[in-house]
Amino acid sequence: MDHDRREALRRGGAVSLLTLVAAAGWLPRGAAAETWNKDAFATHSLDETIKALGGGAPVPSQDIVFFSTPDIAENGAVVPIGITSNVPKTEAVAILVEKNPNMLAAVFDVPAGTEPSLSTRIKMAQTSHVYALVKADGKYYVNSKEIKVTLGGCGG
Amino acid sequence: MADPMKIRANAVGDSTEVKVLMSHEMETGQRKDAQGKVIPAWFIQNVHVTHNDKVVLAAQWGTAVSKNPFMSFKFKGGAKGDKVKITWVDNHNDTRTDEATIA
Repeated sequence: MDHDRREALRRGGAVSLLTLVAAAGWLPRGAAAETWNKDAFATHSLDETIKALGGGAPVPSQDIVFFSTPDIAENGAVVPIGITSNVPKTEAVAILVEKNPNMLAAVFDVPAGTEPSLSTRIKMAQTSHVYALVKADGKYYVNSKEIKVTLGGCGG
Repeated sequence: MADPMKIRANAVGDSTEVKVLMSHEMETGQRKDAQGKVIPAWFIQNVHVTHNDKVVLAAQWGTAVSKNPFMSFKFKGGAKGDKVKITWVDNHNDTRTDEATIA
């Protein structure tokens, strides 16, 4: 986290500490302040997103597992995504959809004591790879899965 | 004020499983209405879940989270009868907090 903050400071300029923390991407543990990483949610590629979240190149990892996630989604408006990270010291889990207008769908901060396994439902514009990005012990790991979107069964 | 969340919190072994269904439009800002005008984005940005005032999950969401968002996760600890509190804040600064008792 310290490293992230230094990097954010270098890139930053005259912005408030809160913005910097937001720029570093991940909320500090237990912070009740409402911060939303505007930059990260406006990105269009995996690298851009990770950069906006304050990280470097992610390592592909089979320790990140998708569960209850379909191969084919009939309705792109409601696609269930479940992600379990078996990477030790997982701090945060993010869901990214490659071909959505904005790539980042959600970031979950996982404090110690919370299992790094969660599920939610997202929207997908079209058939695309979905990335599960995990931050663990300051490093980034990624796994992906292709989900075909048929939009009402018209084929895809 | 938005409709209440539906929250289920169940003790499973030494963990608590939380499932929540929120009521929100989650408008993406990509869609257009019948007149061809863009419908402005309206979506939940921050979600916090606390148990005994300790944050057990903090999330930032974009517009790609589905309408009426669903989320489930587990945290260690939590006894039957404890409260789990969930708060969301959307990009209009509208907010809602609901509580559930662990069963």
